[in-house]
Amino acid sequence: MANSSTRAARLAPPRGQRLFSISNLIILAGFFILMAWSYVGTEFSLRGLLGGESAAQIWTYVKKLYPPDLSQEFLLKTGYWTLETFAMSFLGTILAVLIALALVFFSSRNLMFAGLLFEMERSRPWVRLLRTGLYLGAKSTLNLLRTVPHIVWALILVFAVGLGPFPGMLALGIHTGGVLGRLFGEVVENVEIQPIEALQATGASRLQILFYGILPQVLPDFVAYTLYRWEVNIREAVILGYVGAGGLGQQIQIAISLFLEHRLLTLLLAIYLIVTVVDYLSASLRNRLL
Amino acid sequence: MRSFAPSAPASLALPARRSSYFPIVFSSLFLLTFLGSYKLAEVQPLLLFEAEGRRNILKFVAGMFPPDLSWNFLNLLGRPVLETIQISIMGTIVAVAIGFPLGLLATSSLTFKGILNERELAGSRPRAMLRKGSYLVARAVLSLFRTIPEFVWAFMFVRAVGLGPFPGVLAIGIAYAGMLGKVYSEILEHVNPGPQEALQATGASKLTIILYGLLPQALPNLVSYTLYRWECAVRASAILGFVGAGGIGQQLEISMRMFDFSQVITLVAILFVMVAGVDVLSARARRAILDRQRV
Repeated sequence: MANSSTRAARLAPPRGQRLFSISNLIILAGFFILMAWSYVGTEFSLRGLLGGESAAQIWTYVKKLYPPDLSQEFLLKTGYWTLETFAMSFLGTILAVLIALALVFFSSRNLMFAGLLFEMERSRPWVRLLRTGLYLGAKSTLNLLRTVPHIVWALILVFAVGLGPFPGMLALGIHTGGVLGRLFGEVVENVEIQPIEALQATGASRLQILFYGILPQVLPDFVAYTLYRWEVNIREAVILGYVGAGGLGQQIQIAISLFLEHRLLTLLLAIYLIVTVVDYLSASLRNRLL
Repeated sequence: MRSFAPSAPASLALPARRSSYFPIVFSSLFLLTFLGSYKLAEVQPLLLFEAEGRRNILKFVAGMFPPDLSWNFLNLLGRPVLETIQISIMGTIVAVAIGFPLGLLATSSLTFKGILNERELAGSRPRAMLRKGSYLVARAVLSLFRTIPEFVWAFMFVRAVGLGPFPGVLAIGIAYAGMLGKVYSEILEHVNPGPQEALQATGASKLTIILYGLLPQALPNLVSYTLYRWECAVRASAILGFVGAGGIGQQLEISMRMFDFSQVITLVAILFVMVAGVDVLSARARRAILDRQRV
């Protein structure tokens, strides 16, 4: 082994690529320091985990979970909560797309004031100012929506409109709207320039350029990102129930708090099912539409 | 959030138009799902404009200002902020430790498919079955790990091993092991098989093939994706405190429950700075790693 590794070292490209160069050693040392710092800080105990106390505790808990509660009454309820969670993720994603579409074109530099579309424009200061203002407004709104975690949005909205899946759906939509707005924005700012140039040369208006030069280019990416965020949202919809926003999450909180472990296992199986179904739907739609 | 969603190749050729029921079926199913969901989610847009809701929102916004920047409060936050970072790092390490071996097992080109295993498994059916079996088991475990959200894992680990950052680490470790393992196996399945075949022709063992034929090619992508997941882990571990798994989320929950919105806005601002800092750091590291590969 030692022999073959020296041979490999001789074959390796020379400049700056050696395994034990000084910069690599510094990175490695830094990494180990970070690791040790985290190990101590998180009270992590490898011994406890591998055959010690924590392992025993986890095992006891797992044993308590089995068997799942499969009484007909509870299964029916679980089915209802599962559908509720699905509905939250579905409507939340639709709301997110609406928010993102409403803001994305204002938050794209190349549509508001920079680049090809504005090269020839006579600079009228107040128009430029208005455009830049709109751009900054849209951009910072999206940032705000995205920065506040969805669970905090859910708490705020539960506070505003009461318990139930409705605030959960709003929270998903608002947070994801910010995320999609940014992802969409990156797509719009990176469109191919030739179709736009060609349209502009024919004298098309900016609105026409938007519809015929930009939208056809960006729509496939928009759809792909939306489906991808839907997959994320079904998982987050499960979490939001924790703060009173309905669905499976709320029931999981109840089951864990009241030590109803058999029901918990049923609920976990329901999560597994609905997440897998959404992943599958999203993947097949992506294949079908794109 | 940066995403790894596959971006669609912009195909310029228009497909030949063929008549299909797909648009009709799709739009009617979409409409049905929409209506059903609308009913199930108890959507009541009017609630947003009711006097009480408006008052609550106003109270909330008014309560946010001025943000609580008192020394006492900020002093309280130092440790949870560091703890959040520590949870994310340790959680990612645990995730790699679990996800990498499972990812190798879940790589079909390593376990039972393709040229590497053709000769070896040709004669013995039971061995082939065993290999395929371990591949399927690894995939099933990975999918179980990643479909249950880390938040729910954390909730259960808090119940099992008690409060503190330790259950947070375990939760991130398990949930992210599922995601890392899946993506690792996808990366490993898509490397150029040439070097592996060449090594095999020299009579190299499987371990040697993995170390010299597979990992050098895949490593930049593996590391880059792991760093991306670390970014997500920072965001996630900030939330885990809600169920008592340490970090800044615990303080966030306390402040929310006490309706102290001036503290909430400070916390959200800190969260923003933290996440943005980690994003920049990780993006630079990833670019450096991937650029190096191209030299």
